[in-house]
Amino acid sequence: MKKPASSWRLLLVAAVALALIAMALGVAACGGSGSSGGSTSSSMADTAVGAGATFPYPLYSKWGSDYAATGAGKINYQGIGSGGGISAVTNGTVDFGGSDAPLSADDLSTAGLVQWPQCVGGVVPVVNISGITDGQLKLNADVLAKIYNGQITTWNDAAITALNPGVNLPSTKISVVHRSDSSGTTWIFTNYLQAAAPGVWKAGADKTVSWPVGVGGKGNDGVAASVKQLSGSIGYVEYAYAKQSSMVTVQMQNKDGVYVKPSLETFASAASQADWKGSLPSMYLVLVNQPGKDTWPITGASFILMQKNQGDAGRAQAALAFFDWAFKNGATSAQSLDYVPIPKSVYSLIQKDVWKDITVSGTPVWQQ
Amino acid sequence: MSTQTEYLAGPAGPRDAAKAATRGRLRLGDPIFRVIATICGLIVAVSMFGLTAVLIVDSWPAITGVGAKMLTTVAWEPSQGQYGALAALVGTALSTIVAMVIAVPLALVIALLLVELVHPTVGRVVGTAIEMLAAIPSIIFGMVGLFVVVPWLQATVVPWLLNTPLGKVPGIKPGPSFAGGGLSVLTAGIVLAFMVLPFITAVSRDVLRMVPQVTKEAGYGMGSTTWEVLRKISLRYANSGIVGAIFIGLGRALGETMAVAFIIGSVYNVLPHSLLDPGTTIASLIANTFSEATSKLDVAALIELGLILFLITLAFQVLAQIWLRRVQRTTGGRA
Repeated sequence: MKKPASSWRLLLVAAVALALIAMALGVAACGGSGSSGGSTSSSMADTAVGAGATFPYPLYSKWGSDYAATGAGKINYQGIGSGGGISAVTNGTVDFGGSDAPLSADDLSTAGLVQWPQCVGGVVPVVNISGITDGQLKLNADVLAKIYNGQITTWNDAAITALNPGVNLPSTKISVVHRSDSSGTTWIFTNYLQAAAPGVWKAGADKTVSWPVGVGGKGNDGVAASVKQLSGSIGYVEYAYAKQSSMVTVQMQNKDGVYVKPSLETFASAASQADWKGSLPSMYLVLVNQPGKDTWPITGASFILMQKNQGDAGRAQAALAFFDWAFKNGATSAQSLDYVPIPKSVYSLIQKDVWKDITVSGTPVWQQ
Repeated sequence: MSTQTEYLAGPAGPRDAAKAATRGRLRLGDPIFRVIATICGLIVAVSMFGLTAVLIVDSWPAITGVGAKMLTTVAWEPSQGQYGALAALVGTALSTIVAMVIAVPLALVIALLLVELVHPTVGRVVGTAIEMLAAIPSIIFGMVGLFVVVPWLQATVVPWLLNTPLGKVPGIKPGPSFAGGGLSVLTAGIVLAFMVLPFITAVSRDVLRMVPQVTKEAGYGMGSTTWEVLRKISLRYANSGIVGAIFIGLGRALGETMAVAFIIGSVYNVLPHSLLDPGTTIASLIANTFSEATSKLDVAALIELGLILFLITLAFQVLAQIWLRRVQRTTGGRA
């Protein structure tokens, strides 16, 4: 009698075949990835890849296209939030990270990174209130903190009308918008609330905080979109986002008691107070609540972080060449987008004292 | 073959007939195809088990480190060392329930309409339109939700709703985290309903079409109204297919990520007390916070969230199978 075809035998044959295929693929993959990701650069420049804060994204994106137009090389920058940028550069998945929240000297040495400021910009509160136009509403740190605490809930609250005599504020409920992701913009904003309204703001200053009220938007663009869609809302974004989307910004009272509008001049006034030399080597500096009658109180620098020990000299060189170009030739583009460029006195310091720590096998990548 | 061996070989079966018919030709086609097909099936099974294994292994630091507290703590705040999935779980449940409550009756009525009540041409055109709705990428739903549904709810619907007596009903009365009602669980539920509607409608329509004409005619012949035929014959006949369709829609609603991330408000530290409160879902929480998960525990906790979602979906699939089997037994085994 002929034995009926056994389905178990079929299964066994198939499983053995599958195992062989899997092993073959595994060996091929391991062999292929044995050599690390980067190869030594050829005569064509590598593309440097970066990710991080959405705060400077409009500026880096403009610089990137201008730099590519010169033909010297290309960079690629993705806005994923400061927290994402710090993790990505620490894990080595990108060549440089962008963060508005600088790391402390200890965190820098634990992660093996260096950081330096690449530009300075302003964080502005934006509102969506019927009848209120750009630059009309006046707020101060105390009121702003109370709004973000949920203590002031309607736009015609006595505290707000006291600062805005003659302005017709509706009784709409305030919808608070903040960031849902880990953000350097949040770090700058909460640092300001903590510095200027310490009695009111208790939620701390960090890239993410436990927000007492409000909804979250993803990225500066998410907050801008949410504020535009929700009537009666307030949010905080980097100034370029507010300007590009023609949003309604507010005047803030600075440390000297003067109400100022956000602009390149008021940001520059804050930036000029920064003691970058004294902050070396970590360059950790908080620029909020600076003195000066023309100073915008919610100003911050955006930092670039890079690994000290680079694996690929070509990519590191490409990144540093881009930043060198941006320091020397990027000032006009920066100012056109209302970012304050880093002055020559500071960037020569950066190139001399900070970039020397970026090395490949002990030799500094950046040759002056 | 000689008569003797044919006799000894036993009764002829289909394989023997095929062997006889293809004598002289290469007969490897069938076995090779069977092996390849079995390999493909194994790949799927192995991937499924492999995925579950990877999820469990990678989330192990969080399962041991955070433990059962993850399911009972409300707030998700890794920077404060708090890993609570309860807000996300409640948000997922609420938005899915809202979506199914809106989508299922609508889908059934549309399917019945298309199959029974309208001219076949109209039925084909509307049916195609609904199938095209299924092909729209989910991020488009998110964008339309953010630019159209959100401002409309915030400016028009919610203020009106809060002025009516319905505004005092618990579940609609705004809770402590109320933010205007535009970015809320309700908005997410509405947009999810429109994403889920085409799947349920399409499958229900196909299943309803398969109800035998004879049975329906018997009903009409005995004097039933259209509604009685629809309810007692068509729907009962198509019951298990419709239940299957609903579970497909449920699976999509549970796992929808980017569309929900735009419009649900991303509030991770407070439970939504009403439909008008903002919240978060498991999928959108992972999408928003994954890129900056720094420490091993952060990453493991997020993967554990993914594992929880995976297990919830699996549980619903198992429930669906049990229910379908029970329905098959009572209605006489119609698959």
